[in-house]
Parts: sequence; C-alpha cells; structure tokens
Amino acid sequence: MESNERLSAPLVLEYPFTRTTGPVIGAFMTGLRERIVLGIKRQDGSVLVPPTEYDPETSQPLTEMVEVGQTGEVVTWTWVQEPRDQSPWDSPHALAMIKLDGADTPLLHAVLVDDPTLLNTGDRVRIKWREETEGHIKDIEGFLPIGEEND
Amino acid sequence: MLERKVEAMRKVAIVAAASRQETKMLDTEVEMMIPLISEVKDKTGLDQTDIGFTCSGSSDFLAGQAFSFVMTLDAVGPVPPISESHVEMDGAWALYEAWVKFQMGVIDTALVYSYGKPSPGSLQDVLSTQLDPYYVAPLWPDAHAVAGLQARSLLEQGVVTAELLADCALRTGTVDSREEYFSQPMLSDPLREADCPTYADGGVAVILASEEKAEELCEKPAWITGIDHRIDAHQFGVRDLTTVPSARIAAQKAGVHDGPIDVAELHAAYTTHDFLLRKEMGLPEIPTHSQRSYPIKADTLMASGLLRIAEAARGIWEGEANRSLAHATAGPLLQQNLVCVLSGERN
Repeated sequence: MESNERLSAPLVLEYPFTRTTGPVIGAFMTGLRERIVLGIKRQDGSVLVPPTEYDPETSQPLTEMVEVGQTGEVVTWTWVQEPRDQSPWDSPHALAMIKLDGADTPLLHAVLVDDPTLLNTGDRVRIKWREETEGHIKDIEGFLPIGEEND
Repeated sequence: MLERKVEAMRKVAIVAAASRQETKMLDTEVEMMIPLISEVKDKTGLDQTDIGFTCSGSSDFLAGQAFSFVMTLDAVGPVPPISESHVEMDGAWALYEAWVKFQMGVIDTALVYSYGKPSPGSLQDVLSTQLDPYYVAPLWPDAHAVAGLQARSLLEQGVVTAELLADCALRTGTVDSREEYFSQPMLSDPLREADCPTYADGGVAVILASEEKAEELCEKPAWITGIDHRIDAHQFGVRDLTTVPSARIAAQKAGVHDGPIDVAELHAAYTTHDFLLRKEMGLPEIPTHSQRSYPIKADTLMASGLLRIAEAARGIWEGEANRSLAHATAGPLLQQNLVCVLSGERN
C-alpha cells in the first residue's frame, strides 16, 4: 500500500434484528393480507382500530378480535401537497383519520383525491387495496370517496 | 388516587441556568455544551466534584449514533467518576429524575442539561420515527401533517377559531398582522406556515440545589413548589384530539391553580398547541401574564422543555415573577406533558 493512500472501510447502517409483531398487531397485518380489517374489543364493547394488545386507558389485556367494515367516515384530514421522498404516495393527497364502520377509533391513512376542495370531514370513503398484499399497513393503497369509479 | 404530600417533600430550587439557541450551529454538541456547563458552575462556584448528580437529555435519533450522550459527557468532566444518568427525552424529564433523586435524600446539588442539533439532518424524518412503527410511521406523515389533523378537529368542532390562531401567531411574532396571517397559503391545511414551528440547534444547562444549599449558591433561588408529568394514549386515534388530559392532570398535580401565575413558559410548538395548553391548564385564553419566549419561533428537540424551565426560573431571579409556570411536551400532538411551578418564596 502506498503511504499516501487513505485507509477506508464501508460503514453500513443497519438494524440486523427481526421481531415478531405479536398476537394482535400480527393478526391485523395478516388480516390486511387477506383484505379484511380487524379491530379489538375493549371491555366496554367499543372496538379499537387499529388494534392494540392492551387497553390504552385501563391497560387491561385485550384478546377479542372482530372484523370491521371496509367503508368508513373521514373524521379529520390534512392535505399533503408535496409528498416526502419516503412517502408511499407520489402525488398530492389527503392524510386522514378514518373511522371504519364498526370501529370506535379512527386510523390514519391517505384519501386519494386530486384536490383538497374534493374532500370534507364526514365524507364516506372505502378501502382501495393494493393488487398484491403482503401483510403491511401499505396493503391499503388508500381510501377513495364512495361513488368514485376508479378501482 | 394518592394525593401528593407536598409539605413532606424536600424543597429543591433552580439556582443557575445558561442556554444558547441558533438556527444552524457549526459547533459540535460537546463544543456547544462546554461553555454552558462551565457558566452554571462558575455562577454557583461549584466544581464537578461538588455536584451530587448529573443528568442529561438528548436524542440518539437526532445524533444518528447510539449512546451519543456519552460523548457529550466530555463537556462535564466525568473524571474522577461521577454519579450520572441520561434520558432519551427533553431535559425537563432529566430535571424530573434529578428532583426524584433529591427526594431520596441522597444529593444536595445536581447538574441537568440537554441539547439538540437537528440542523445537519432532516428533523422531519427523525420526528416520523417517534410514531407507531407498524401503523403510522410507514406512511411517513411529517409533524406538520399530524398537527394539521388536530387543527382541523379543533377548528371544525368550534373549539378554536382561525382568528384566535391568527392572534396567537401575531403574539408569537411569526406574522406582523392578521391580514398577513390570512394571506399565507396553507402549509398543512388548515395550518399555515405562521402556525408551525421553525427549528433551531441549542442547549441548556441548569443547577439544582436542596433547601440546605440553595441560598448559599443563589441570591434568590427559584423554588420548585410542584412538578408532575403525565402521558396520554400512544395511538393518537384513541384520544379526542381536541383535548389533552395529560396536561390537565399534570397542571392540577403540580398545583398550578394554588395561586396566580405571573410568567407562563409553554412548550407550544404550534399555535393550536398554545391554545389547547392554555385551555387544559386553566390559563386565560389570551395571556394576561408575561410569556416571553415561544418555541414556535425556534423549537429545539430535547432542549425546548428544559429551556422553558430555565426561562421560568429567570422570571423569578429577575423579580419579574413571584410565581411562574413552565411546561414541556414530548411525543406527537402533546402526547406527554410535564408541568413545573416555581416560586420566589420557599414556603
């Protein structure tokens, strides 16, 4: 090696661990792969979507998973004009909290409309699934306003 | 719930503080902290060997390196060995840990510091990593988008009006007039640029002392008469986004309502947060007390909360306040809140 040659070595940032998603999040993800959405029942009978292993208020373990609808209502939303590099969406879209039929809590996802003037709180929307599902939150490509024909 | 026996608590005071904030700092974290830590030691005449406990707050995600806080200990001088701890949180929570150590009766003095240097990377990317890793983070919403979801709920449910947000932006100085506010385009609809924070690099260091020691070190110690922190549900879909129960409970437990507040230092990064915090903590909708600094103009991840406490203490030291309130928040959408009440009077 020449004396003026610089020593170098590659540094790859990585997270070399795998972990299980567990009985509840795992079941939700598997549900997405099968194109269904699962929630979990709390002691008061209300349904948490997305589900958690414990009650967020009482910390009680939760186990009773139930299927909820694939249509729902926009509870609140914001507009993303310039999606970030890592965003699953390339074009402007709404990010919304959507309460699915049969669920008592809303989940975050995109509503695929072209313009913020086309969306209002309270609008009814339905899931648009990706062509290939693999058990990931991105199996849902987004939500479409009900009535729009572009599946 | 057990009521806290404040009278039985050991009295602890903030006796010195030093801070620095800049939009883009060229110094490293160690270079930034050395002068600040030296300054609080000089002010109190304490040497590192005199300090019973040292506790810091910072973020490995921000530094891009595991155990990054170990390097910053060079600014402290940990030889001979010191009693030391760290939280991956805002320094306000490091201060809380130190306060607990005082209650254990094992220390008379403590050094607490925290810092954040977001300028070399993308802070929005770091903020996205604090969201739920399975349900939310893969969708990469940025902090402003998440705040926008809450803002729409507040506006459409009539909890706040756009005019009140405009007035808050005006008080904060992010706009010069209501007209300017309303002429701004939406950044994360319904939030405008003036509603959202800008970010800065910065750090803060404080010295705490017990009732046996404080008056030796400071002419007018800022006594902690109440401190409490609470957390809301992890999934922000679970909570009614127009409320912040954790801030309300923390304010009650810290005794905010036991007397008038002369200075309130709120870690409110968005105009909507300023409004929500006032409401939950029972402060006037439009501040009648002094509020000198607004993180919305320069939020520094991991330091803004401790900086609020340092500023509230400064209000006591400078005679501007007899009783001041400091607030710190962490997590998305005011998920976790710490409230600290300071007084110029020991009892």
